[in-house]
Amino acid sequence: MSINKKIVDDLVANDIEFVTTVPCKQLAGVIDEVEARPEIYHIPSNKEDEGMGLCAGAFMGGKRPAIIMQNTAIGVTINTLVTLIQFYRMPLPMLISFRGELKEPVACQVEMAVHTKALLSQLNIPTYHFHKQQDAEELDAILKYTFMCNKPVAILTDATFWGGY
Amino acid sequence: MIRSEVLRDIAPILRDQLVVCNIGLPSQELHMIDDQPTNFYMLGTMGLASSIGLGLALAQPKKVITIDGDGSVLTNLGTLPTIANNVADNFILLIIDNGSYGSTGDQPTYAGKKTSLSAVATACGCDNVVECQAEDTPAVLQAALDSDRMTVIVCKCDSGNIKLPVITKDPVVIRDRFMTAVQS
Repeated sequence: MSINKKIVDDLVANDIEFVTTVPCKQLAGVIDEVEARPEIYHIPSNKEDEGMGLCAGAFMGGKRPAIIMQNTAIGVTINTLVTLIQFYRMPLPMLISFRGELKEPVACQVEMAVHTKALLSQLNIPTYHFHKQQDAEELDAILKYTFMCNKPVAILTDATFWGGY
Repeated sequence: MIRSEVLRDIAPILRDQLVVCNIGLPSQELHMIDDQPTNFYMLGTMGLASSIGLGLALAQPKKVITIDGDGSVLTNLGTLPTIANNVADNFILLIIDNGSYGSTGDQPTYAGKKTSLSAVATACGCDNVVECQAEDTPAVLQAALDSDRMTVIVCKCDSGNIKLPVITKDPVVIRDRFMTAVQS
């Protein structure tokens, strides 16, 4: 089974029906898989804070949401994470491509990579790092944990996890 | 007419609907005029009222009215293409356009100068965009509700604020009360 299919199978198995995405090269396959699934309403957003607003609305409407985005988005969304998702206590699984790690070809991506875990830690956001493909075996448990505790939870997926470029 | 007078005029129409209300004075005014469990007050996160409203409308069948402002829409201008391309006929975006950042001291916005938000919404692909004067807002809002079509309303009104207290309700209480109303 492809890793993209396994990830989206876990989303569907956890009743996630509303997924917003902002693209990243590493996430192209999983975004295609989200788009292909009839169980999921896929709504691309123009910016990640907008996407978190969509997810907050969907959650209050009774649908489990998720956001798929790049780690640069942590810089974009700190205010939204704190004043919307955390302040109102909403669950939000964030599947994040961790650019700027080993095998990264673009130097600028490293500038955000060195801050990513520190920012997530400062925000008290539970954070999991998928480096090898078997790490994704925990995704199902991470999703259950997210909807148990009503928090944003970060799943960082690096280039080694995705098989490099 | 200023925004609080527009809200007072449309409060009887809002009362029976799910309402997502913009940060700052709009939420404080609606909270004072007619607090309802069907109102979701934004206490922070400027710009996302329209996104929250669209997500809510797409997730369930009841009608949703987002009360937004010109400054907040300008902050999150990417919302308009998303709305246009994800049609939810149970969604109304009501932009109360007073041409100023009311909650921060009435600094002028570009919507009060050369930029037309109704033209922007149309250019983004929104199919039903109505621009109206403040006093016509109740009739335009009711017509949008009756039409069962997704509608963007740009209500042109004067800038100006009334003095009123901040909302001290706990955000989790606001959210829980609102979700109970959504499900009822």
